[in-house]
Amino acid sequence: MLGDETGAAHMVDRRTLTLPLSAEDVSSLRAGDLVFLNGLLITGRDKVHKYLVEQRPPKADFPFDISGTVLYHCGPIMRKTEDGYSVVAAGPTTSIRVEMYEADVIREYGLRGIMGKGGMGEKTLKALQEAGCVYFHAIGGAAAYLADRINKVVTAWKLEEFGSTEAMWFFEVKDFPAIVTMDSLGNSMHKEIEKTSFRRFSELILSKGQGTGQKS
Amino acid sequence: MLKLRDGIVELYRKVATSLPPDIEDAVKAAHAQEADSSTAASTLAVIAENIKRARETFRPLCQDTGVPVFYVKVPVGLSHNELRSTILEATREATQKVPLRPNAVDVITEKNSGDNTGEGFPVIYFEETSGGTLTVDLMLKGAGSENAGQMYKLPLAEINAQRDLEGVRRCVLDAVQKAQGRGCPPYIIGVGIGATKDQVTRLAKEQLMRKLTDVNKAGELAELEQQLLGDINSLGIGPMGLGGKATALGVKIGVNHRHPASYFVDVSVGCWAMRRGRLIW
Repeated sequence: MLGDETGAAHMVDRRTLTLPLSAEDVSSLRAGDLVFLNGLLITGRDKVHKYLVEQRPPKADFPFDISGTVLYHCGPIMRKTEDGYSVVAAGPTTSIRVEMYEADVIREYGLRGIMGKGGMGEKTLKALQEAGCVYFHAIGGAAAYLADRINKVVTAWKLEEFGSTEAMWFFEVKDFPAIVTMDSLGNSMHKEIEKTSFRRFSELILSKGQGTGQKS
Repeated sequence: MLKLRDGIVELYRKVATSLPPDIEDAVKAAHAQEADSSTAASTLAVIAENIKRARETFRPLCQDTGVPVFYVKVPVGLSHNELRSTILEATREATQKVPLRPNAVDVITEKNSGDNTGEGFPVIYFEETSGGTLTVDLMLKGAGSENAGQMYKLPLAEINAQRDLEGVRRCVLDAVQKAQGRGCPPYIIGVGIGATKDQVTRLAKEQLMRKLTDVNKAGELAELEQQLLGDINSLGIGPMGLGGKATALGVKIGVNHRHPASYFVDVSVGCWAMRRGRLIW
């Protein structure tokens, strides 16, 4: 089980990672590993990716060094407080929308992890291998649960320009659960599951005569 | 309409922060079926914990509070225009109070309106009813699952789908196979069949408002719904697309009459966080 609150035992292969990740951390991770992230991560979705690829801002433009950290595909719900912002809900968004940008972003900014949901395509998988990076799958829709794993809203980048959904947030996380689904060796759980389900899909649509309407 | 506005703000809060009991029960039943300590079981355990936590702390279940879609049944004599402005006011207020994520983006300027209102946003459907009760149904439709939907025009050689219910079955399986884990499974699948594109997309989405326990009045469709649920759950896509038994929690099919020359099938995909609720006024 992933959480303490569920009252169930942890899975034996639970692994805690501290951000930023090292090349060694990355090369030791395998698709299927359950991990808990600790430290400073950044968020970014459609607008951040488009901007990073089209404008290529230098690393010095960011409020903190982002090398080696994890870029989380997330457009959180934030609440403005007297002394800044607090996170209300912060689950992952669908990663495939930024497939056309991600490989360049990983290489340019030296990221060691991408986190989102639904997995990514061949271009990103290749970049993970070449640059030494992994894809973490967070649990989609579990936004209240995951918000509780964010200890601190450190700062934001491009908040005025992109708005709070699309801004790059800097979050300090504690025991943030995720599953490695694409590793730096070219393994992808998404590819495997799609292959297996396609085989079953083919059986399901071949097993029937044309338009007989009979049950399989 | 001040009180109605407050009622709709509360409806927003309820729908954004708590799942209907039939969906929550289905998530629990799905959890019980997955192998102990599998990724699927761990995922569903977190989902169940998230449902509980969101409800107890009145926070949105998912940060994507979606596109609000209203189905309003209006007694004779009540002004649709007034109801529309009440819904818009309630939407602005709920965005602040719940809070909802501002999701309405101007296509030309790319500016977010900041309050979840804009051209055709929220989506509002009115229907006149003969009774004296105003019924406001609200769905918060997440975009991840919305993007996973597909429309089909039969016949379709690629999957050998002809113009019959077997062809429909193939379309639904194709849509789920293509969606994989991208729309947050386990899914609730709505299917609409009929003569025109605009009609079937609306019909498919309306099916997502049906309770999972609801049985289709047409026997043939009830049977197809059951069969599709079994077929989909044999694909092995599983919770979040990470493998497992629970790829869908329910399949609901609605039909309109079609034109002899047209056979449109729309598949609307709902994520596990299928947020819907009703206000009776």
